[in-house]
Amino acid sequence: MTGLRAWAQPHRLVLLALAAGIVGLCALTLRWDWVPRYLPLAAEGLWRTLWLLALSCTFGFLIAVPLGLAQAAGPWWLAAPARAFCTVIRGTPLLLQIWLLYYGLGSLFPQFPWIRESDLWPYLRQAWPYALLALTLSFAGYEGEVMRGAFRGVPQGQLEAARAMGMPRGTIFRRIWLPQAIHRALPTLGGETVLQLKATPLVATITVIDIYAVAGRVRQDTFIVYEPLLLLAVVYMAITGAIVLAFRWLERRVPSRPG
Amino acid sequence: MVEQTLALLALEPPGWGGNLLRGLWASLVIAGGAFGIGLVIGTFGAFGKLYGGPVARDLLAVYTTVVRAVPELVLILILYFAVTDAVNQLLVSFGYQRIQISGFAAGIAVLGVVQGAYATEVIRGAILAVPPGQIEAARAYGMPPGMTARRVTLPLALSSAIPGLANLWLIATKDTALLAIVGFAELTLTTRQAAGATRAYFTFFLAAGALYLLVTLVSGWGFRLLERRARRGLPSAGGAR
Repeated sequence: MTGLRAWAQPHRLVLLALAAGIVGLCALTLRWDWVPRYLPLAAEGLWRTLWLLALSCTFGFLIAVPLGLAQAAGPWWLAAPARAFCTVIRGTPLLLQIWLLYYGLGSLFPQFPWIRESDLWPYLRQAWPYALLALTLSFAGYEGEVMRGAFRGVPQGQLEAARAMGMPRGTIFRRIWLPQAIHRALPTLGGETVLQLKATPLVATITVIDIYAVAGRVRQDTFIVYEPLLLLAVVYMAITGAIVLAFRWLERRVPSRPG
Repeated sequence: MVEQTLALLALEPPGWGGNLLRGLWASLVIAGGAFGIGLVIGTFGAFGKLYGGPVARDLLAVYTTVVRAVPELVLILILYFAVTDAVNQLLVSFGYQRIQISGFAAGIAVLGVVQGAYATEVIRGAILAVPPGQIEAARAYGMPPGMTARRVTLPLALSSAIPGLANLWLIATKDTALLAIVGFAELTLTTRQAAGATRAYFTFFLAAGALYLLVTLVSGWGFRLLERRARRGLPSAGGAR
């Protein structure tokens, strides 16, 4: 309770009242009659945003671990390509990468008959595989750099102790090196996941209907400009809040002093 | 194949190279303007967060939290429509004609507001890293707060702020690509137009990627020089290499 009391100073109560007043004013004076009509579409878009985020972060992280390991401890012929990949991904805009994959590969694939006859073709004709691929590669590029630092940051003594105990290299990596590196990287990973969420609306430019595209459609259909965008901002803030809370929970589950 | 590619990228009108370079210039100008606005907002925001009154602190916390939680694309659209509307209503109420705000000005303003939120956090962290004795000594000499900031706090904070600011500049150059979506002809949109007109998607997107990468690498080199200059005279701490 003391935390709440310390937080609720008089000026904060005034600010809160002001904020509530603005929200109330928005609810009363702006137009919200379109919401029920677009609710099913919005739910679909929200679902698409969420699974694009979850899948691209998962796959991207799985690629980032070997990328980081190669840069932190690999021989030069593995470290150099990994570093080049991270530099290229981090040095070019995501929008350009998405368009390169979608328009570039999308115009290349139909030229090969064996691709068109393969079982994958029904998927390759849609937009979302390109969106997922671009988002995954982008996340892998940024996280590869983060994991490089995290692998380097694990104290040498930990690895030497494991080696002295006679652990095989695979076990050392699985039990000592990777867990401690992930623990070090967790705060950064939380921030990067939020950044990845903020990158997902770019997929709307290649006809993937995510929550952002739904807001765009409302604007086109009804000429209502602010209301969908404001609601969209609130939705993104809610997802961001959920991600931040989830990572805070995850960080607290890991004991803060290893060993 | 090579000749075709070179012809497509030629600087003269049948080739699109000149257009790409003009797009790159537009991107750089917007990024520079946004970065500058972001620095100004960030400096005042950081001082406000550290030394401001309780209301100013809370409002700045709301600003940085909201801007960092909402996608830039959504902010760009909201601010673009809202700013255009506000300016026009103001003009109409004073009896002037409505104007069309250029994508250029709106882009710089919007990206500047976004950059400001991140810059506030970077500069706040850098000011906190200044040894408190330095600021106390300046106060003990009777320096007014403005002079303390100008002569002591900011120069000392600069060295630890540069890596964060370098990151922000790179984000600024890449965020200009978002203006392609509101229809401003910077590098990414120009590239897409060129690629669409010639059907040579890989050629143009790869060329634009190379241009962006060049900007990144050159700025990285420039910021390293700047950091070395800002750090001269300081004992080399762990971060300096």
